[in-house]
Amino acid sequence: MLSIKNLQAKIDDKQILNGINLEIKAGEVHAIMGPNGSGKSTLASVLAGREEYEVLGGEVEFLGKDLLALEPDERAREGVFLAFQYPVEIPGVSTINFMKTALNQIRTHRGQQPLDAVSFLGLMKEKMKLVEIDQSLLNRALNEGFSGGEKKRNEIFQMAMLEPKLAILDETDSGLDIDALKIVANGVNKLRSKNNAVIVVTHYQRLLEYIVPDFVHVLYKGKIVKSGTKELALELEAKGYDWIKDEVSVA
Amino acid sequence: MSVTTTDNLTGQIVSAVQQKINVKADPLRNEALQIFQELGLPAPKHEEYKHTPIARYLEKNFSFAASPASGPLADIKRFFIPGVDANVIVMIDGVFSQAHSRVISPETEIKIQSLGEALAAKNPVATQHFAKYLDIRNNSLAAWNTAAWNQGIFIHVPDNKVVETPVIIYYISNATAGENIVVNRNLIVAGKNSQATVVEKFDSTGSANHFTNLVTEVFVDENAGLDLYSIQHDLNNRFQHNITEIFQKNSSRVNTFTFTLQGKFFRNNLHLALDGEGIESHMYGLYLLNSDTLADNHTVVDHKKPNSFSNELYKGIMDESSKGIFNGKIFVRPNAQKTNAFQANRNILLTDKATVNTKPQLEIWADDVKCSHGCTTGQLDEEALFYLQSRGINKDTARAMMLYAFAGEVLDYVKHPQLKDYLDSVISDRLHKNF
Ligand SMILES: Nc1ncnc2c1ncn2[C@@H]1O[C@H](COP(=O)(O)OP(=O)(O)OP(=O)(O)O)[C@@H](O)[C@H]1O
Ligand SMILES: [Mg+2]
Repeated sequence: MLSIKNLQAKIDDKQILNGINLEIKAGEVHAIMGPNGSGKSTLASVLAGREEYEVLGGEVEFLGKDLLALEPDERAREGVFLAFQYPVEIPGVSTINFMKTALNQIRTHRGQQPLDAVSFLGLMKEKMKLVEIDQSLLNRALNEGFSGGEKKRNEIFQMAMLEPKLAILDETDSGLDIDALKIVANGVNKLRSKNNAVIVVTHYQRLLEYIVPDFVHVLYKGKIVKSGTKELALELEAKGYDWIKDEVSVA
Repeated sequence: MSVTTTDNLTGQIVSAVQQKINVKADPLRNEALQIFQELGLPAPKHEEYKHTPIARYLEKNFSFAASPASGPLADIKRFFIPGVDANVIVMIDGVFSQAHSRVISPETEIKIQSLGEALAAKNPVATQHFAKYLDIRNNSLAAWNTAAWNQGIFIHVPDNKVVETPVIIYYISNATAGENIVVNRNLIVAGKNSQATVVEKFDSTGSANHFTNLVTEVFVDENAGLDLYSIQHDLNNRFQHNITEIFQKNSSRVNTFTFTLQGKFFRNNLHLALDGEGIESHMYGLYLLNSDTLADNHTVVDHKKPNSFSNELYKGIMDESSKGIFNGKIFVRPNAQKTNAFQANRNILLTDKATVNTKPQLEIWADDVKCSHGCTTGQLDEEALFYLQSRGINKDTARAMMLYAFAGEVLDYVKHPQLKDYLDSVISDRLHKNF
């Protein structure tokens, strides 16, 4: 589904990604871990099409298409979804109106009829239940004044509404209380299918107990320096990153 | 050089006024014309007009020679705000049109008549308030208006009358045969405990330029409420100088709305004198500019007595090579303790060629006051745009969503439902809202 080859990217003259290679097949869940500042969010942003990042080299193929050639909105319509580490507050834009516009532009792209107000609200109710988000939150302006946890929950709600093929969750677990963590994980699991894939960026093993990954990768200094199965996450939890850093410097 | 041309232009205007009006017959007009002559049009360096070279605009676009009469004006209703039950006053080329006007409120509730007639008949309310609030010594446009106004509307809401039906004054310029210069003068008096809404809307036909010098004096007596709207949305070559001079007494409430959406040149002077306690004043402004439109909002709120509240919110979006100017003065006089005065001006520039000049000016002589002001100018928030796009919303729609949200904050304060619908549709159109 997603094939990243030797991806390099910079921002403001600082190269952050130094040749990323990653293959993700439909149905898989990949966890990406790594120390602060190693480039995890950068990778997520580059995949989502953030303009500030300049791609210096490499390729990304998504469902047979050159992902890097697409605008951010086109990528989303093709099925890429990024749950932001820091969701943006947008005063004055109503969450419901925003969601309806997004969903209908995506539906139109997929050749489906746009939803009318009634069916849209019906779908919204259903997905709200799935991620246990309160209607009163959605009646407000987009993320404006939301607590950290509420913003994260709203990201998962949006994911549930848009039903992406590839979801990239950038530290969606940080800032969530234990109950919210379970709810969010549960929401993600319900959306898992053999047709879609998930990239989970996280610092903690805890989330991976709920969203069990098929593969775990360690990103360090803009490169994937180690890959393994879910046991790797346990090992990282126990030992930290120093041993990996040592391995890298020895090599 | 520029001084000479300004003088020439002033001279042309003076003789044009003298041809039209027997200034000598009226001491006030006579004095005002002398003041205008002495002051002249604001020179390019004039502190209050330095970003708004009105003399240059007038010189370039007007001859001030008598223009031939315009042809008939068809289909006036197209300018009307749809779906509003209103007391409709139509001024065509500055002249009251009985045929198109329609007052539906009873005269006991609201009196609407020609200001000239009210003054000629020595209407005590009109004579008591006319020309009492406008300072003609420091603003030559005010002096010009006082010398030269030919017609205008006098609105009087008697004490204790609550008028639900708004008054809408449509100023229609029929510049089909040549340039059009209009000088109008209004007086609005809201009696004690009264409540009313007055809307001014400006439109035109014809391809020639037209200039309006409009002064509206407003007296709001104790515990009265007045909502004033100015809708500047003229597709044609409108050049306009407005002075709105508001004088408020104890516990009165005023909301002003200035929407500048289309036209060539606008200078809006809004002056509120808060001469009482327990007053509440809100000034809202929205300017959505494109092409080479210049819109200059100069506001003054003058807290003369203690315990009053004023709040100002002006927002602007400048596209193409348009120019926005905002100057907001807050005066708090020495005995105006416990004043609360707030001001905010927010701007978005959409192109490199668009500009905005914003200047808050706070002069506070009292010590126990709460005042704040804030000005921001920026581009559209790229991070927010990316967020919207990352959900599948195309860039144009995402931009429109954000701009509409920005403008919507001002629109939210409009309470009258049909007015709000109308303004919403106009603003949506201007911002290419398609969601
Ligand atoms: N505009 C910028 N100019 C220079 N460096 C930048 C810029 N933006 C980000 N960086 C740097 O890029 C590096 C990678 O950042 P990124 O956000 O991708 O890290 P991360 O792995 O997501 O970290 P965390 O675990 O803390 O979220 C960091 O060192 C960061 O300081
Ligand atoms: Mg990060």
